[in-house]
Amino acid sequence: MYTNLLSRSLFLSVVAAFWLSAASYAQLTTYQQEQWLTSPAASSHVGNLTGDAKAAALPYRRYCVGCHGPLGDGNGENAVWMPPPMYQQPRNFQLGVFKCRSTPTGTLPTDQDLFDAITRGFDRTNMPQWNALSKQERVDLVAWIKHFSPRWQTEKPGTPIQIPPEPEITPERVKAGLDVFAKMQCYKCHGVQGMANGPSASTLTDDLGQPIAAFNFTDGSRPKCGDTDQDIYRIFMTGLDGTPMPSFADNIKPEEAWNLVFYLRSLQPHNSFNAKEREIAHQLGLKPVNPNAPAQ
Amino acid sequence: MKRQYSRALAAVSATLVLVGFVSVVISHKASAAAEGKITGTVKLDGTAPHMRGIDMSKDPWCVKQNSSDPAHLQLVEVGKNGGLENVVLYISQGLSGEAASAKPTAVPVFNQKNCMYTPHVLAMDAGQDFKVETSDQTAHNIHPNPNPLAGNIPWNQSQPPGAPPIVKSWKVAEMIPVKCNIHPWMSGWFVVVKGPYATTNEDGSYTIENVPPGSYTVSAWQETYGTQTQKVTVAAGAAATADFTFKAK
Repeated sequence: MYTNLLSRSLFLSVVAAFWLSAASYAQLTTYQQEQWLTSPAASSHVGNLTGDAKAAALPYRRYCVGCHGPLGDGNGENAVWMPPPMYQQPRNFQLGVFKCRSTPTGTLPTDQDLFDAITRGFDRTNMPQWNALSKQERVDLVAWIKHFSPRWQTEKPGTPIQIPPEPEITPERVKAGLDVFAKMQCYKCHGVQGMANGPSASTLTDDLGQPIAAFNFTDGSRPKCGDTDQDIYRIFMTGLDGTPMPSFADNIKPEEAWNLVFYLRSLQPHNSFNAKEREIAHQLGLKPVNPNAPAQ
Repeated sequence: MKRQYSRALAAVSATLVLVGFVSVVISHKASAAAEGKITGTVKLDGTAPHMRGIDMSKDPWCVKQNSSDPAHLQLVEVGKNGGLENVVLYISQGLSGEAASAKPTAVPVFNQKNCMYTPHVLAMDAGQDFKVETSDQTAHNIHPNPNPLAGNIPWNQSQPPGAPPIVKSWKVAEMIPVKCNIHPWMSGWFVVVKGPYATTNEDGSYTIENVPPGSYTVSAWQETYGTQTQKVTVAAGAAATADFTFKAK
């Protein structure tokens, strides 16, 4: 009786293993990745620090492998406990597709981008801030992350977008930002008040087909890719690859982009960045965008 | 028994080598001669599955544009005489390296019109430029989702009303699904192939132009029914015929 049960469960687990391996993207092997460990891409440069992938083997095993997995495919043993949409799955480094970049959509991020992501962590996910690790350790981890994907062997990171110096906040700029919000139809997903309740918000999925939520400006959460004014500028100009958030670089001029940043700030509840924007919006008595208004 | 088996295997492999050699010689010789073409019709055998209508109530502008002629899903499009539309035909085997790497200069256009993709399936050559346009007064995002491990890199760009066209290309052959996240019903395909290709029109007919004389395997790809193949031989300056029939499921 017991042996029967045992063999049956063994069989089922084998079937499950096959099913799982067939369901995900083609897996890279440790052997392939070990070869990339000796390539030039397995190093990183952030500021005046140089990272070496081999030095990060141990820290990765200690801090990262539980979620991101030994092959960097995001299938660590903890990953099953992070079902979407409540959680986001750990990043699959093999695909080389990253949300937070300073580079245009469809290109690899810079070493600095990956370093910032590790340092900052991701708000509303299981990825914590890793600023407790030394800078050198984080730079080494960047190099280690790069050795997981074939993309770093053939591609170079994109050219970071240029962010002009931040202008002075004026009522005209906040108002103009609202016009950009209306023209680009950000409200389709983010809602007219930035509450992530736009008509398309409920059907959003990421590149792997998992449900994903639009960013809610009003609940006090921080944007995943950083919460400085420059970070917000970068988010909509580069897009968050792998998610429904597209790049607006071709359609928003740098001047307008700053206006939009100021308007988005006014949607957030009071925080350490937006006192001025909120005050201006309040004085202007800005009303949310009306999507049904005739086009101007 | 075993010996017989291995003998048969040897005979088969010898024939294969011979055929391969002969075809190489033929295709080499023929590259100078006038180019031929492959034509044919793709039909659906059986009743076309019902394509359900699309609820566009998420976007009032889309509803208005489609009020006179309601849009429906385009997974299987059957036209006149059972002809199957939006089937991509390409040469999957037999092209010489030279013919496969030649790039057409035409720029295929993928238009976002009335909250649908026109055409629903856009075929192109690997490395060939294509253009994404919008004719709509509502914002779209254009979001192809290839497998980055295969060599094509996903991207995601916005196209609000009046946005300039986007010109891009793909590196390797792949069937790439493309969608708009703002309008979740909008889904189409970028079919990237190597070498000459064609897409069937309303009555299911197609013509692959500029095919150098030679023996080829032609593949017909339909998004719901998959791929069928057929062998054809193209003579110099002549048209070879390859008709396909997909069974309705």
